[in-house]
Amino acid sequence: MLDSYLPIIVLIVIALAFAVGTIVMSHLIGHRKPSAVKLAPYECGMPLVGSARERLSIKFYIIAMLFIVFDIEAVFLYPWAVVFKRLGMFGFAEMGVFIFILLVGYVYVWKKGALEWE
Amino acid sequence: MPEWLVTTILILVKLGFVFFLLLTGAAYMVLAERKLLGRMQLRYGPNRVGPFGLLQPLADAVKLVTKEDFIPSQADKFLFFIAPGIAAVTALLTFAVVPFGPPIRLFGREVPLVICDLNIGVLYFLGLSSLAVYGVTLGGWASNSKYALLGSIRALSQLISYELSMGLAIVPVVLMARSFSLTNIVNAQAGLPFAILNPPAFLIFLVSVLAESKRIPFDLPEAENEIVAGFHTEYSGMRFGLFFVGEYINVIILSSMVTVLFLGGWHGPLLPGIVWFFLKVGFISFLFIWTRGTLPRLRYDQLMHFGWKILVPLALVNVIVTGAILLLLNPAKG
Amino acid sequence: MAKTETMTINMGPQHPSTHGVLQLVLELDGEIVRKITPHIGFLHRGVEKLAEHRTYHQVLPLTDRLDYLAPMHNNLGYVLAVEKLLGIDEQIPERANAVRVMMAELTRIKSHLVWLATHALDIGAMTVFLYCFRERERIMDFYEKISGARMTSNYFRVGGLSRDLPDGIEREIRAFIDEMPGHVDTYEGLLSGNKIWQKRVMGIGVIGAKDAIDIGLTGPALRASGVDWDLRRDQSYCDYDKYDFQVITGKDGDTWTRYKCRLDEIRESCKIVRQVLDGLKPGPILADCPKVCLPPKKDVVNTIEGLIHHFKIITEGFKPEPGEVYVGVENPKGEVGYYLISDGSPHPYRMKIRPASFVNLQALPQMAEGAMIADVIAIIGTLDVVLGEIDR
Repeated sequence: MLDSYLPIIVLIVIALAFAVGTIVMSHLIGHRKPSAVKLAPYECGMPLVGSARERLSIKFYIIAMLFIVFDIEAVFLYPWAVVFKRLGMFGFAEMGVFIFILLVGYVYVWKKGALEWE
Repeated sequence: MPEWLVTTILILVKLGFVFFLLLTGAAYMVLAERKLLGRMQLRYGPNRVGPFGLLQPLADAVKLVTKEDFIPSQADKFLFFIAPGIAAVTALLTFAVVPFGPPIRLFGREVPLVICDLNIGVLYFLGLSSLAVYGVTLGGWASNSKYALLGSIRALSQLISYELSMGLAIVPVVLMARSFSLTNIVNAQAGLPFAILNPPAFLIFLVSVLAESKRIPFDLPEAENEIVAGFHTEYSGMRFGLFFVGEYINVIILSSMVTVLFLGGWHGPLLPGIVWFFLKVGFISFLFIWTRGTLPRLRYDQLMHFGWKILVPLALVNVIVTGAILLLLNPAKG
Repeated sequence: MAKTETMTINMGPQHPSTHGVLQLVLELDGEIVRKITPHIGFLHRGVEKLAEHRTYHQVLPLTDRLDYLAPMHNNLGYVLAVEKLLGIDEQIPERANAVRVMMAELTRIKSHLVWLATHALDIGAMTVFLYCFRERERIMDFYEKISGARMTSNYFRVGGLSRDLPDGIEREIRAFIDEMPGHVDTYEGLLSGNKIWQKRVMGIGVIGAKDAIDIGLTGPALRASGVDWDLRRDQSYCDYDKYDFQVITGKDGDTWTRYKCRLDEIRESCKIVRQVLDGLKPGPILADCPKVCLPPKKDVVNTIEGLIHHFKIITEGFKPEPGEVYVGVENPKGEVGYYLISDGSPHPYRMKIRPASFVNLQALPQMAEGAMIADVIAIIGTLDVVLGEIDR
């Protein structure tokens, strides 16, 4: 069974070789003349104000947390979808309950305003 | 010839073919996009290098390789180094499970036109597309520049949000095909493609794919009018080139996935299967380019609103409805 | 809500969408902009000071370079101010006034085209950009044929025009004016019905009539807030009152209304240009003021008076009576005014320019604070600022 993954391993090696190869090639061919200003982060041509390593708005993290919740749900859906036929009505009802519970959570999240941006 | 040698040679030939196809495909995708956009915008597009500008990709590659290769002084060197690699490698790997034609007979044996027909092909695709997020996010974060940071955070929340609806739109396909293998999914569409059997799933998937490809109207992670170049602001030369190549390979892969999951893959009348497959991929890619020439860009909150408040519930409901209809049509035995 | 730390970020001067070299210091809370501080001056050339050491004729080319998207309007404002200072504003020949109006309105179309092109591009609709520039190119060609330059026209003169219209240009302009409203429909077809476009501009950057007046907004930005004020009609110059045109106003004062107003203004400008062309009669193009206007070349080489006038105007310039004067004209972006003080010498003692963009830019913080980064870009676009005019 595992030997069906062999081509993928070969492909990984080729892809890595491609990625590393091109970068090394450009490293060798490209001329380099670094200077302090050139290596500074882009700030529209002005001196830096503060740094990029600051704390960010919580809202981005909420999206990430919601994603994890819903992605795990999706993970449960896949195996069910494959054996859907065999599980029949019972499996469908079970899944219906599962999705319903999730929808309740979803409505809660919506009402709480986690999906708002203002 | 011993059996294993033939197998190995076949694998290598297929790998070489796919690799060549993807890289040239991506390169010419860039040219095709510039040409088509040019025509839509009353200009010619590149036409100086070679006949009709056909050698433009080569010129671009030479230019990218010979560009100065530098790492910003404040960047996290290691992450900065590997991020474009992740973007390109994940894009290249995804094509391994895409069947691009019906099996052919070679040396008296059946050769499937897919690098490896994994029985979990769909999961492999979803897994790699999740991994691809790292390339963009780490690249932007490691640059230690505010514009890159904004871009990478936008990319992160956009990609994961739309991955959800994309994943949920695949569930009905799996329900209908009863398999994770992309070859089986294509075979299940020998009659009617799933795009006709389940249009809501198709549309949700198409829109999510457009968002996953980070292109207009969903190009917020690199919206040059707002955040300069987004996550790859600090990248130059071949490092930028890898992001760029990865992005266009991604367009091809996502078009292929639309073809395989919803448009019946290689199935089609008259023409050979492999031609049908590439015609369909070409058509979806053309749609991608066409949207870019037509639509403005969404705002961040509108993007999130659309993903979370419209696509996700729609996709969930679609899963239930598809399941119910399937049960009604042919009730399970026992 | 809990206290959040904001991220301070420089947007501009080296940024794709700050329309030149505007610098905005943004304080971001995630995607939301809490505070905007515009910094200007990167394009400062000291035009007002330079003017104090030039004769009145020599100041004219400087005014092209203020709002480089509408050079003829700047010429016009300056020329009108000097004429008023000299007291010859009643002596301008009819043809000169008609051509001035025509060029001003073509310039308005040109400036609005650049505005629409960049505004749409900022919001991501890149195709509109090239469509607009196709039409703008036609106007640039007229510019070149009429004034000799595509950008910095320097066409008007104190007392009239620098030269007459070339042969056949009327027909070309008429052809252009006939098809221009159709092009505006094309742009509308690409944008107005588009849901994403509507979502991006409707209700964004709202400013009410009272606030607009308090800040001193002028031009389409003021009229879109519902204030019916247009210098062309309310303080008519260059015989604008002879032409039949509508002053376009809106109600809501948001980006969408300003967008609609400007598009309708293009249509109105076409109407005005058509009326000018209909009524254009041959005649002199310079006022009969030999001490102010350069004599024709043949007089310079054939008559002693012509030679002397030419010599005096070139070497010394003319000397207006001491006094001060202010003239404002309706630039595509708003009121551009020239305030001149004469001390009786051939140079302006002081020239103060009231630029439209500079004043309009002041509305930016009020309009954009609390909005998102993408809205800031849309609002810069809708204010239609041009940095040459802001920094002077």
